[in-house]
Amino acid sequence: MRLTLRIWRQSTKDDGRLVDYRLDDVSEDMSFLEVLDVLNEELILAGDEPVAFDHDCREGICGMCGMMINGVAHGPERATTACQLHMRHFADGATITVEPWRAKPFPVVRDLVVDRSALDRIIEAGGYISAPTGSAPDAHAVAVPKPDADTAFESAACIGCGACVAACPNGSGMLFTAAKITHLGVLPQGQPERDSRVLDMVRAHDDLGFGGCTNTGECTAVCPKGVPLDSIGRLNRDLLRASLRPRR
Amino acid sequence: MAVSGVALLLFVVAHMVGNLKVFLGPESMDGYGRWLRSIGSALLGNEGVLWVLRIGLVVMIVLHMTAAIQLARRARAARPESYRARRPVQGSYAARTMRWGGVIIVLFVVYHLLDLTVGVLNPHGVHGEIYRNVTADFQLWYVTLAYTVAVLALGLHIRHGIWSALQTLGVSSARVVQTAALGFAVFICVGYLSVPFAVFFGLVR
Repeated sequence: MRLTLRIWRQSTKDDGRLVDYRLDDVSEDMSFLEVLDVLNEELILAGDEPVAFDHDCREGICGMCGMMINGVAHGPERATTACQLHMRHFADGATITVEPWRAKPFPVVRDLVVDRSALDRIIEAGGYISAPTGSAPDAHAVAVPKPDADTAFESAACIGCGACVAACPNGSGMLFTAAKITHLGVLPQGQPERDSRVLDMVRAHDDLGFGGCTNTGECTAVCPKGVPLDSIGRLNRDLLRASLRPRR
Repeated sequence: MAVSGVALLLFVVAHMVGNLKVFLGPESMDGYGRWLRSIGSALLGNEGVLWVLRIGLVVMIVLHMTAAIQLARRARAARPESYRARRPVQGSYAARTMRWGGVIIVLFVVYHLLDLTVGVLNPHGVHGEIYRNVTADFQLWYVTLAYTVAVLALGLHIRHGIWSALQTLGVSSARVVQTAALGFAVFICVGYLSVPFAVFFGLVR
């Protein structure tokens, strides 16, 4: 395959711009990140600066990779991370535009790499349970109904890649926040801190400069793990309930 | 946003029921208008309750617009640099057009008030002769077109609005609520469009 990659190049000093790169021998079995690897080898041999991008497991489970590919977070395939996206989904001779996630809380570090630690700040605000450590309890010590376990797991599948924020027309991180609220909120272990969790996480989310959710559904459409929009309804229900109750 | 939206939706439904009286003839329509003005007249005088409702509606519209503007400003602050390439819609088209759709609806409401409440833009324009005013309006193709565009914008707004409001109020079964919202939006559109089209095609004279 012959491809033109139109990639966002930005160092810490400049404002960034799109630069075109021609690749003449791309296999359709390559993943998107492998194409970037090939490009970077050529750039390094030519003495140019390689394109910086985040990646780690390349198995679609770590949440490190992520970029806007032709204007869609993680590219055109549903429920697929950029590392699991294969070139057979693109036409020969295509021009592919690649940009970093764009949001105020996600400053560009370099090229396609953004700083997503704002998501960690949201988790720190309440995305955990407080439990004494020690030896692991027996798996059946606390009974969890299967439907609850399934709902929790759907949301626990979130890998924190930030695609929901990148795709949201409002720059909102509500799907990410709601995934953690749902994951812990439907399990017995999450009950003691259920009220404070939702209040603190939503406040942290808003304070970090994320936008407000208007339920457009762009987030769940690009989520590589298919975290459902229902989770945002759950977050709102918990938020309403916690707001109406006296804070403990 | 959700609460003011629900209040405005209740008005939209009540308004539609009133509109449909056009099919029962001039007496029913004009009588309905007189009744609206006379509700609670023993207590607050003629049009007293009507004005309370009108003020309530304006307050709801202001609250609704304030919330919308706050959300739009937060959204702009959250993405200072826009994407060079952007595939616009992965989610719902109705959701993406809420803001401009809302502007269209507000502009329409202004025209609509001047047309059928104040009467200055109405080709018949006689106070109290609601039936004649309505039938005079929709014999003109451009008035029918304007109302059709506005009702379709309202339908799109409601289609996303109902589901989004319920989600904001904590209902978490997106698929069921979205289907119900679509059904309700179609119901509203059909109800509102039936009057101009019935007049335009001569079913109601």
